Amino acid sequence: MEVLYSLAIGILAGSGVWLLLRPRTFQLLLGISLLSYATNLFIFGMGRLATYKPPIITTDNATDAALYADPVPQALVLTAIVIGFATTALFLVVLLALRGLSGTDHVDGREPGS
Amino acid sequence: MTLTLIVFLPFIGSLCAALLPARARNTAGWLAGTVALVCVALVWTHYQDVAGGGVVRASIPWLPQYGLELYFRMDGFGWLFALLVAFIGALVVLYARYYMSPEDPVPRFFAFLLAFMGAMLGIVLSGNLIQLVVFWELTSLTSFMLIGYWYHLEHARRGARMALIVTVFGGFCLLLGVLMLGEIVGSYDLDEVLTAGDLIRAHPWYASMLVLVILGALTKSAQFPFHFWLPHAMSAPTPVSAYLHSATMVKAGVFLLARMWPSLAGTELWFWLICTAGGLSLLIGAFSATFQRDTKGVLAYSTISHLGLITMLLGMNSELGLIAAIFHMMNHATFKASLFMAAGIVQHETGTRDMSRLSGLRYAMPVTTVVATVAAAAMAGVPLLNGFLSKEMFFSAAIVAGDLSGMRFTLPAVATLASVFSVAYSLRFIHQVFFGPPATDLPREPREPLRGMLLPSALLVLACLLVGIFPSRTLGPFLEVAGLSILGKAMPEYQLAVWHGFTPPLIMSFIALAGGIVFYRSLVRRGQTMVPTPLLSRVDARRVYDLINVGIVRGAGGLDRLLFSRRLQPQLLLVVCVALVAAWVALQGGGWSRGSVPLTPVDPLFALLWVAGASCAIGAALQAKFHRLAALIMLGGAGLVTCLTFAWFSAPDLALTQISVEVVTIVLILLGLRWLPQRIAFDDARRRTLRARARRSRDAIVAVAAGVGVAGLAFAALTRPAAQGLAAFFVENALAEGGGRNIVNVILVDFRGFDTFGEITVVSMVALTVYAMLRRFRPAPESMEVPRAQREDLARDRLMEGVNELLPPGYMKIPAVLVRLLLPMAALVSIYFLLRGHNAPGGGFVGGLVMATALITQYMVGGTLWVEAHIRIHPQVLVSFGLLAAAIAGMSAWFVSMQFLDAQAVDLHLPLIGDLHLSSVLLFDLGVYLSVVGATVLMLIALAHQSLRSARKVPEPAEQNLSAAVASEAVS
Repeated sequence: MEVLYSLAIGILAGSGVWLLLRPRTFQLLLGISLLSYATNLFIFGMGRLATYKPPIITTDNATDAALYADPVPQALVLTAIVIGFATTALFLVVLLALRGLSGTDHVDGREPGS
Repeated sequence: MTLTLIVFLPFIGSLCAALLPARARNTAGWLAGTVALVCVALVWTHYQDVAGGGVVRASIPWLPQYGLELYFRMDGFGWLFALLVAFIGALVVLYARYYMSPEDPVPRFFAFLLAFMGAMLGIVLSGNLIQLVVFWELTSLTSFMLIGYWYHLEHARRGARMALIVTVFGGFCLLLGVLMLGEIVGSYDLDEVLTAGDLIRAHPWYASMLVLVILGALTKSAQFPFHFWLPHAMSAPTPVSAYLHSATMVKAGVFLLARMWPSLAGTELWFWLICTAGGLSLLIGAFSATFQRDTKGVLAYSTISHLGLITMLLGMNSELGLIAAIFHMMNHATFKASLFMAAGIVQHETGTRDMSRLSGLRYAMPVTTVVATVAAAAMAGVPLLNGFLSKEMFFSAAIVAGDLSGMRFTLPAVATLASVFSVAYSLRFIHQVFFGPPATDLPREPREPLRGMLLPSALLVLACLLVGIFPSRTLGPFLEVAGLSILGKAMPEYQLAVWHGFTPPLIMSFIALAGGIVFYRSLVRRGQTMVPTPLLSRVDARRVYDLINVGIVRGAGGLDRLLFSRRLQPQLLLVVCVALVAAWVALQGGGWSRGSVPLTPVDPLFALLWVAGASCAIGAALQAKFHRLAALIMLGGAGLVTCLTFAWFSAPDLALTQISVEVVTIVLILLGLRWLPQRIAFDDARRRTLRARARRSRDAIVAVAAGVGVAGLAFAALTRPAAQGLAAFFVENALAEGGGRNIVNVILVDFRGFDTFGEITVVSMVALTVYAMLRRFRPAPESMEVPRAQREDLARDRLMEGVNELLPPGYMKIPAVLVRLLLPMAALVSIYFLLRGHNAPGGGFVGGLVMATALITQYMVGGTLWVEAHIRIHPQVLVSFGLLAAAIAGMSAWFVSMQFLDAQAVDLHLPLIGDLHLSSVLLFDLGVYLSVVGATVLMLIALAHQSLRSARKVPEPAEQNLSAAVASEAVS
């Protein structure tokens, strides 16, 4: 599973970086989203992969950390997902404003060569 | 503690003055005057402490473990200077009260003047060298603000900028020098530096350190070759010229030289550097002053010359020279400040500073004439005035130093020659302005000024007379105290008396007086009093300064073009490449390798899941340019697979959050797609050019490298045993301390509640930003057209007609029924998620996003107009209440003396309902819920509203916007 998981992160990150280097704002927007998936999975993976161990305490005295998946990366990623949403929204509006102002959706605000 | 008060009182006064209304001229004047007088009194009370060679110290610890503290130290020299600064400050305030026009924003003037006074007192009372440099820079800044006070005048701005650049350059050199000095001595404490003179002079860094410190002093005191800024600083209001640019700030340079005299002076290098700079300034300043047309120009060049005299005295390496320097600092401050005030009075009453127009003012302004004449006589060195005494001391020091340095003839000759010029320009100043026939073409009818304006100048002139006639009974004791504090031992042989026989200095004085009169007469006879300075007008230091400035700006521009790109893509490429290289370097020691933990077996279902996920990711990457909608759908696919992965690996909360965020994000981008330009036609020819292909291959290589790198890194980490982190703590305490079973939720709302509080604040701010940006949004003209689906379905006016119907008209009628049924269900689910979040997957974030999705679905199906005709949602109110609820939950802890956001719980027993467990954590999570609902809905609605706006308003053409943007860029 670890190989697969790593490959998945790699593909998301590679696609994200590819889009990051493209000239159109929409491509950049998708690139950032893909890259944030990769990053979230990466951080989440730092707690190691565990199945059937959700960090929810079932019985009152079962407080051994080995019984549960690591809750710390999960809490971090949860925050990251919400903040990621906020930045995506902001970026979307910025790119729309840029488009309205400059008449182009090129990342530099003008068509190359013009 | 009074020492600290002396320095801080002016700053406090400055703040108060800055807060006064712009017309409060008298209040500001009273405030500044009171502050200055209190400072004078406070300084005066310390005389007994320093008179016997004592030192007063005060320190406020700041970071005691690093030895950082605010340290003030007053010895005899510091005391004398502080008194000078505060006393002349008080006189200048009085003068400025009458000088400044009621039309000017006078409180601002006094605010800067007081800030300057505080900074200057800080310099003279600092016991730590770094602290001294800080106050030093503060005086440069306040001087900049004061020179540029009338910032509508071009020459004022230019003069201010020039003064700032020159003095700040010097300040930077001084900082470097002081840092080296601190390294040499091992301390920045002034007491230790002053006693380490032998160590410093023997150190190999001595020469370079000395040059840097001297650069600082010379720029500040406007000494050759940096003297050019001072005449340009004369654009300042005259009180500023009197205070900063003659009496105090320009003295900071010579003050520093005198202050550091025990630890730096006494070497050949010191002598040559300082005597050369001082001697050249003395001669050039005095010579140029003789030919100025502007009254303040004469005084500015004369200031350069007198500061040169002081510098030269300090450079002579003789104790007598040092005493003479301190004496002349005081004398110069008194007569030059009063002369500046007199020049200001003349300008104020006649409206001009041009000496070719001024003449014969003694008829209209007799008192001013007397005051100015006595002050100018002091400047020229006429007997029975203080200038005469210090000039005598200068001559005798020059003779002694000339003997010692083997320049028996040169030094006295330079001194006498400069004094000849000094007499000439003093004579000319008085003769041309106040004597001769009365001027006829003045802008204003001259008359005697108000008494308050004349008083400060007259007081200073009185001081000149008193010191000149009874030197040993007036300034004598103070001079002794100041000199002792620097020398630390007995004073040298010197005589502070008007008459000590026919000595060589007296003869030199008379040569200077006679020579000056003869020189001036010859100039008048040949009509050469109003010509550009002979010889020197071609060699202009200002031109060199301009050339250097232009060179620096051009060089910076070239460097900018060479190293920086305004295009985003190269910048991002650089960021990615640097990250790759950094990771590669860091992992050189085998960090890539596979770890020891055995791999878990692959589940085919999971593999299948990621085949789909990977295809979606790559597909989105490839289609984002030409098929935006397809790319967006595939992005959603990748997000969905990510969400399932979270669920697979025991993270139900993450999966829930991810899926609701996913929905909202896709809806948001879908709304935005409407305003993007038309799809670009697939241009095969363009993609096939060699350059395009090379670029794409390069990016592909970088992307693959990044992907492989991240995958390798993840694999290397996953195959190593997990570190014992914080997990154990949270697992053990979640239920016991946090009272919740869902550990992730307990971390978010309890253990790390402050982070979450910050996070919802950020989300709320982003929502407001989005809203604000979209208010001014103007779509591009070609995306204004109503989409085909809407056009074919119904005309726009029919859309408006349907607003008041029960169900939205058109093809959306059936979905609308379903969606309306869905709303209460969704609300219920979202509240369920909120309430159970502490013990089971869920929580405020998820609940809020579910609710927001339900609301936006109404908009999507019913249309904006129809929905808003039926329910009115105020997302801003929700956001505010959310943040308020979270804050109240946090603050509730204060009432039981606990920290912000510590959880509170109350167990209640209510009839019918039974036991109820109420916790501040729930209120906090409710805050999260409300702010997330509000923020998300605010963003989505703001974007959805754009379709209405575009139909209602005709936007300006895009070209016009663009040209406006370009124009504003060009301006900035």
